[in-house]
Amino acid sequence: MSDLIDTTNTTQTASTRVLPYHRAFYLVFKRDVTLALRHKDDIINPLLFFIIVITLFPLGIGPEPNTLARIAPGIIWVAALLATLLSLDRLFKSDYNDGSLEQLLLSPNPIFILVLGKIAAHWLLTGVPLIIVAPLLAVLLHLNENSYLALFLTLLIGTPILSFIGAIGVALTVGIKKGGVLLSLLILPLYIPVLIFATSAIDTAAMNLPYSGQLAIIGALLIGSLTLTPLAVSAALKVSTN
Amino acid sequence: MWKWLHPYANPEVSYHFAGKLIPWFKYLTILLLSIGLVWVLLFVPADYQQGNSFRIFYIHVPTAILSLSIYSTMAVIAFCGLVWQLKLADASVAAIAPVGAVFTAIALITGAAWGRPTWGVWWIWDARLTSELILLFLYLGVIALHSSFSDKSQGGKAASILTLVGVINIPIIKYSVEWWNTLHQGQTVTKLGAPSMASEMYWPFLVCFFGFVCFLGWIISLRFRTEVLSRNAMRPWVKSVAELSEKK
Repeated sequence: MSDLIDTTNTTQTASTRVLPYHRAFYLVFKRDVTLALRHKDDIINPLLFFIIVITLFPLGIGPEPNTLARIAPGIIWVAALLATLLSLDRLFKSDYNDGSLEQLLLSPNPIFILVLGKIAAHWLLTGVPLIIVAPLLAVLLHLNENSYLALFLTLLIGTPILSFIGAIGVALTVGIKKGGVLLSLLILPLYIPVLIFATSAIDTAAMNLPYSGQLAIIGALLIGSLTLTPLAVSAALKVSTN
Repeated sequence: MWKWLHPYANPEVSYHFAGKLIPWFKYLTILLLSIGLVWVLLFVPADYQQGNSFRIFYIHVPTAILSLSIYSTMAVIAFCGLVWQLKLADASVAAIAPVGAVFTAIALITGAAWGRPTWGVWWIWDARLTSELILLFLYLGVIALHSSFSDKSQGGKAASILTLVGVINIPIIKYSVEWWNTLHQGQTVTKLGAPSMASEMYWPFLVCFFGFVCFLGWIISLRFRTEVLSRNAMRPWVKSVAELSEKK
């Protein structure tokens, strides 16, 4: 981090502090991961939320295995959306409060790369745990055996999209005091395509049909959000820090 | 063209320009909508299948078409505002968004009222209905984001960014919803039995449609003027405008 932000530098030396892209990405990524590992409840709480929401559904709907198997893809994915939403606050909020976000934006390195590093760290700490826990919960919901690979693959390709799109919402609301509820209003409608294609892939897999088409579309959404959302995030961060 | 457009970047000039537009839009709205609605309610023949309930078509379809075009207008304005840093663009996005939300809501409510007699239900998860509902959520998001900033120009820029993000997503959402629906249930509901309408039903539709367009122009000009006034409240020209209206 000290490589990225060096406030003692004059502008002349600051221009020499431009790091190679991979180095800048790695520094931001490592910093965010280290910070998160020091506050472990930030990682664990969304995961617990994910598990608890999923256990609520059989209690509300009834323990009938066929019904549960039918709605399992939707439940798992909706719970994943909500868990991601809960964890998004961590992405920029503390950096905004202690001022390091402004310093990041002032650094001569391209904001695109820095934002990408932060989002990648966020996905590693929220998306990956969800992917690991999801098959276990799928067993509890009697998910069709053919669907496990599809569930894993859709979560693997789909959860980064959730982090990317969510980052736009957080970047827009980071300066607002009560941004939490607003964030869900901004972000959840944009999550709909991922939800639709992921659950349809899992449903198709349950019928033993090829689901590569849905996976390809989720992949396209991932590439699109990888290239476009950091631009929107950096524009939004500039507005928020003003 | 730039020379011609340039003066309108000044809030005072465009305030007065919007003021000149208002009477045109107002009288055209009153004229077209009163002709169109009377024509539609009294003189257009009833549909041979749906009877009189189809007359709600003349409010439902114009508002539904306009709800989408309002969003794209907002997106174009937001893009120009972000690229050329126009402050008035923020004001117009703020002025347009609630109007768009109301038009979307009208389209949804009239759709539900029309669906009850024709389909037998208030709501079905049809692709068009669902994407219209999501469009309403997008509008509400823009409005909520704009109003939650205490600094108006900051809120305007944030709302512009969200509008642009939304406009990239609208086609994706629309197609995904359509695909979702065809995957889950085979039945599709066509809005009108025949794609080509009889001309005696089509002309009143055009009159109603342009009536709603003028109505939109009227409301947006009014809202734009108040937005410009509230954003420039400390400027001397606003004070002179206020004094003039007090004298009247």
